[in-house]
Amino acid sequence: MTDNNRTEIQTTMSTTFDYLDRLEAEAIHILREVAGQFERPALLFSGGKDSIVLTRLAEKAFRPGRFPFPLVHVDTGHNFPEVLQYRDELAARLGEKLVVRKVEDTIKRQRLREPGGKYPSRNPLQTYTLLEVIEEFEFDACIGGARRDEEKARAKERIFSVRDEFGQWDPKRQRPELWNIYNGRIQKGENVRVFPISNWTELDVWRYIQRENIPLPDIYFGHERTCVVLPSGQLLGLTEHLQLDEEDEIVTRQVRFRTVGDSTCTAAVESDARTVEDIIQDLLLAKVSERGATRLDDNISEAGMEDRKRNGYF
Amino acid sequence: MDLLRFITCGSVDDGKSTLIGRLLYDSESVSLDVLAALEKRQASNGTVDLALLTDGLRAEREQGITIDVAYKYFTTPRRKFIITDAPGHVQYTRNMVTGASNADLAIVLVDARQGVIEQTRRHTLIAALLGIRHFVLAVNKMDLVNYDEAVFARIATDYAELTNHFNLPAATAIPLSALQGDNVVKPSQHLPWYTGPSLLQHLESVPGAQETEAAPRFQVQYVIRPQTPELPDYRGYAGQILSGQYRRGQRVRVLPSGLESEIEAIEVNQQEVETAAAPQAVVIRLRDDVDVSRGDALVPAGPEEPTLTRELEATLCWMSEQPLWPGRKLLVQHHSALSKAAVSAILYKVNVQTFARVHTEQAQLNDIVRVRLKTALPLAVDLYADNRTTGSFILVDELTGDTLAAGLVEAANSEYFTAPVAPPVAFSI
Repeated sequence: MTDNNRTEIQTTMSTTFDYLDRLEAEAIHILREVAGQFERPALLFSGGKDSIVLTRLAEKAFRPGRFPFPLVHVDTGHNFPEVLQYRDELAARLGEKLVVRKVEDTIKRQRLREPGGKYPSRNPLQTYTLLEVIEEFEFDACIGGARRDEEKARAKERIFSVRDEFGQWDPKRQRPELWNIYNGRIQKGENVRVFPISNWTELDVWRYIQRENIPLPDIYFGHERTCVVLPSGQLLGLTEHLQLDEEDEIVTRQVRFRTVGDSTCTAAVESDARTVEDIIQDLLLAKVSERGATRLDDNISEAGMEDRKRNGYF
Repeated sequence: MDLLRFITCGSVDDGKSTLIGRLLYDSESVSLDVLAALEKRQASNGTVDLALLTDGLRAEREQGITIDVAYKYFTTPRRKFIITDAPGHVQYTRNMVTGASNADLAIVLVDARQGVIEQTRRHTLIAALLGIRHFVLAVNKMDLVNYDEAVFARIATDYAELTNHFNLPAATAIPLSALQGDNVVKPSQHLPWYTGPSLLQHLESVPGAQETEAAPRFQVQYVIRPQTPELPDYRGYAGQILSGQYRRGQRVRVLPSGLESEIEAIEVNQQEVETAAAPQAVVIRLRDDVDVSRGDALVPAGPEEPTLTRELEATLCWMSEQPLWPGRKLLVQHHSALSKAAVSAILYKVNVQTFARVHTEQAQLNDIVRVRLKTALPLAVDLYADNRTTGSFILVDELTGDTLAAGLVEAANSEYFTAPVAPPVAFSI
């Protein structure tokens, strides 16, 4: 919606709101419920577009006050440098507290085994660091940018999702979520994962980014990058973490990333989209879903996401 | 482009998941990799099993049933849709209630070979109880009755008798075949006698949520107090306008305290606005320095006020495996307001096949009961029939935190009538 439309609504009191207005209002309501119900919440910030949108929603929910929670980043050590730079600049601009905890340190402390293979992903290890940081700060609620349209298991998760002290999700013991009433009461040791943009799709997120004119890390837009061609045909950005051999095909392509997870498990898609509008057009034409296009770890088994959520993954 | 939330209800074999799959598939909301994953699982007759698009959890795949509420999304050039898929078995009334609580419209699915059955009645009555005003009777599997107009007409008539009998909103009846794709998104040549809209055409044209027309309601979720050198005295009451409209300069009463003030400013994203309406998230500042905290309501003083009450009658859907006994102490969460409470009496149980009142000593999982509820703190409520938001609450187990019941306010004894009076003494919790 343009600014002109918005003014019109305020003066004529039209009774229909654009769907993005409704999604935004719902998300702000959820963020404020977190602030009202919990003592030590945190916003899990990955540097990805979904968590960036969450910070914009938090500004709308809590300004002119401070956020009632810090931004928490679990750094796998395999992050894209552009994303880390963006993260630090955003935290500075917002003037909010940023907590960074490194998977590297968890690996040392807990003597975990580094993942092996050609494309070693630290994604599974993030869960350990996340549980450590929850324990360290005694967070009782962790806000995340997961969306129900990403995956079938997520489609069934509540907006307030109660986890035990191991972070586990039990799909059969979920609380019914009625009207817009969110029940965050927990027992000692439990915590709640909160997903304010549950009802948004990937396209909704992009349309919101466009409407709000939210700056993003450069890697979301088309750029030239040296990539490895995977057996599936997907492209993986070349980094020092990959264990390549002579048969690997290295190419230079015009690509962008649809998600910005671990650089070793987040594939690039060929694109010369320069603007958010280009990306929205790309998406409207795209026939491959976001996680399918770019995440190597979900393809392992059809129940991949469900298993990881049960084990404390976001 | 606006938003419509709808729920689909039907029995186990009515083809509900297939219908949702068909809506997603024919509106081109399913991507290639998701289709590829489906095709991998489907070999025998070569067709894609569209129901697998919604049956998400492993336990469901093993048992071949949907066990919990799932949400699906699709967008057409005219609307964004949020589908709540609630399971059809008798024992899962709580999921149906959960799904219906947020829905603007219900699609009641019947099998053309079976017509209106007990489950149809049950689902319709629950959806109506939860305040849904738009119903679609989707007569599915028309392909299995040779697309026979007489079969469709008989079922539509049966269903109209049901809605008339219970004085429910009239339904729009639509013949279709989810499996074959007839009349779900595109009109079908197999149904030449049917001249109405396809299911999707109908969903695109139904009016959406109209919460701005109800009386103004606002509840404080969080108090913003920056306490910075620039804003030492700023106190903003952050919350969502639950219904109706508010404007700058409006006289408002704070409930439960009963104190009056005037709206000094309404802020949306830090910009002051003259007026704001539901469902906008706003910050309201008051002219006077009155005591306001989370859970308090700001409402227009006068005839449109909600009822301030510590004793109310409510319909409950009991959602816990532990039965409810009269005298049970628990917590009531009325959106952002929380109070200790006790169910002082179970008046009767509602038979959801007939709406008949049945005597009962206790409420079991999935029972719908009428109860009397006493609360420690006064709540500012409306009747559910007047306002689905301020007329609803949940009951919570004080120890485990589990949600025990969904509650609909049916009657409330007013705490006090005339203003201004001294605020009632609050119980401490």
